[in-house]
Amino acid sequence: MNETVEDGAVSGLVAVRGVDKVFKRGSEEIHVLGGLDLDIPEGEFLALMGPSGSGKSTLLNLIGGLDRPSQGTIEVADERIDNLSNRKLAAWRARHIGLVFQFYNLMPVLSARRNVELPLLLTHLSRSERRKRAEIALDIVGLSHRMSHFPRTLSGGEQQRVGIARAIVTDPTLLLCDEPTGDLDRTSSGEILDLLQALNREQGKTIVMVTHDMHAAERASRTLFLDKGRLSLEPSV
Amino acid sequence: MKYALLVWSNLKRKKTRTVLTVLSILVAFLLFGLLGAIRQSFSQGVDVAGVDRLIVRHKVTLAQLLPSAYEARIEQITGVEEAVAQTWFGGIYQKPSNFFAQLPVEPAEFLDMYPEILLSDEERDTWLRTRTGAIAGRSIAERFGWSIGDRIPINATIWTRKDGSQTWDFELVGIYDGAKKGTDETQFLFHYDYFDEGRRFGQGMIGWYVVRIADPERAAEVSAMIDSEFANSPTETKSEPEGAFLQAFANQIGDVGFIMTSIVAAVFFTILLVAGNTMAYAVRERTNELAVLKAIGFTDRGVLGLVLAESFVLVIIGGGAGLALAWLLVSLGDPTNGMLPSYFIPTRDMVIGVVLIFVMAFVAGILPAVQAGRLRVADALRR
Ligand SMILES: Nc1ncnc2c1ncn2[C@@H]1O[C@H](COP(=O)(O)OP(=O)(O)OP(=O)(O)O)[C@@H](O)[C@H]1O
Ligand SMILES: [Mg+2]
Repeated sequence: MNETVEDGAVSGLVAVRGVDKVFKRGSEEIHVLGGLDLDIPEGEFLALMGPSGSGKSTLLNLIGGLDRPSQGTIEVADERIDNLSNRKLAAWRARHIGLVFQFYNLMPVLSARRNVELPLLLTHLSRSERRKRAEIALDIVGLSHRMSHFPRTLSGGEQQRVGIARAIVTDPTLLLCDEPTGDLDRTSSGEILDLLQALNREQGKTIVMVTHDMHAAERASRTLFLDKGRLSLEPSV
Repeated sequence: MKYALLVWSNLKRKKTRTVLTVLSILVAFLLFGLLGAIRQSFSQGVDVAGVDRLIVRHKVTLAQLLPSAYEARIEQITGVEEAVAQTWFGGIYQKPSNFFAQLPVEPAEFLDMYPEILLSDEERDTWLRTRTGAIAGRSIAERFGWSIGDRIPINATIWTRKDGSQTWDFELVGIYDGAKKGTDETQFLFHYDYFDEGRRFGQGMIGWYVVRIADPERAAEVSAMIDSEFANSPTETKSEPEGAFLQAFANQIGDVGFIMTSIVAAVFFTILLVAGNTMAYAVRERTNELAVLKAIGFTDRGVLGLVLAESFVLVIIGGGAGLALAWLLVSLGDPTNGMLPSYFIPTRDMVIGVVLIFVMAFVAGILPAVQAGRLRVADALRR
């Protein structure tokens, strides 16, 4: 019994089964994902590629519990999340998901440290504990010296590192990155990818990263291509 | 409390807008406080009217006099404890704009009737002994810089003296304080005997009676008995509780209370739109950030609460400062330098003000807050 559970836990952290996603725009229905299956083992660094509008962000949102599938089931760490209420889903996200966005999405009115601390407000941690963890996260991304800076005074690469610190500060089960280097130059991109790779290798973080950049995808342990609502190992021509 | 910084930082984001909104709210509540004090002053006395006192006046108008002989007959009626005559003197001190009430009264009876008029025993004794003696309320004494022993000449506009002169001389022998906040401290009171013997006409006639009754519950009944006592006589009377009388008197100036309430209501409505607009913008321009909060794990209700909290902070700061400033300005004193019989913000108005702060904060914030709470993360993140 126990062994089976452990086996399951090791083999699949995320299990997406027969997922459809249909958006309604007025009377028009947009079928973005159709009968999609995906397994992500714990500790994987998965890159998702595909043409614009193919549904990469949509899939990431479904795995991250930001949206619900029209059809099918999604399990993360042996928990069904496709049928949770809004409130339970919010709590689930706070506990299990770290999100990194293309445009960083930091609060402009908060300092780097306060931005990183934000997800910890939802925990029961004390003020000093929150502060300490935020500082550790900023240290991991190499920004200890920029702690009290506000986002507008940081470079794009630095802002994205704050974004990553905010995503990892709660030690989430899954790190989901939607084009994390999409807005950065080569050097900064390289640094961000180094960081993600280190998080994956040294801390065993499971990462799903959407990207348009072949070089970025090469850093991942596996790359999947999304097109016409389905995943494949090769880009379609 | 841990969300305080988040709420506060968001208000600081558009400093100019926040400051302007806070200032508009401040002005509205300042106005509310000041108008409350002025309205209180116009309806002065109504709130502090003795429930055990009736006013008996001529049935037709207050301007027509009653015989002083009625006093004894009123005191005969069961339920009546005491009746005191008063008359409108209507004189001028130095110049017509120096308006205040002067009343010839029977000193001992008068002081007995109005326990809220506080006079030292010594001053009381002197007044009773001094025929031309007068006492004045603290407020007018300060306004005209009077002190005990001063000679106060007052020019009659109605009551010419027997020798044809208009000037009545009084000696100030006492200055009284009001026991309650709303007690009229602008009265000038002197001996009825001095007045009655000195006037050229109208001997034996007085303006109205103040009647103290044993049981306030029976005010209507006693009023009816007094009026029926004098029914079908050449001078019929009209009796009513002091509060109703003062209210009717205040209403003659126009329904000041209504006018002020209307002004305040209009101002509040405008400010509500200003505050609501500020909050609506605060949400609209932050759609993306609010979505990020939800993505991080804030619940719909949590985000709703954050936006509503912003509205509360905005209105509590503005409204609180406005009420405090009104309180401060009013406590600095009457802007007319003593023309108003009393000048303060009634506690009731302060309480209403505080309630209004919370109502305004809620009404201004609730729609944007609900809107923020309803944002669907995945949709909002795409914007
Ligand atoms: N909330 C929504 N409402 C309506 N249509 C949507 C919604 N979200 C996504 N879509 C549509 O679904 C399709 C897939 O969108 P998605 O953002 O997932 O694509 P993507 O692969 O991430 O594209 P890109 O590379 O440009 O980011 C698009 O046609 C998009 O217009
Ligand atoms: Mg996308």
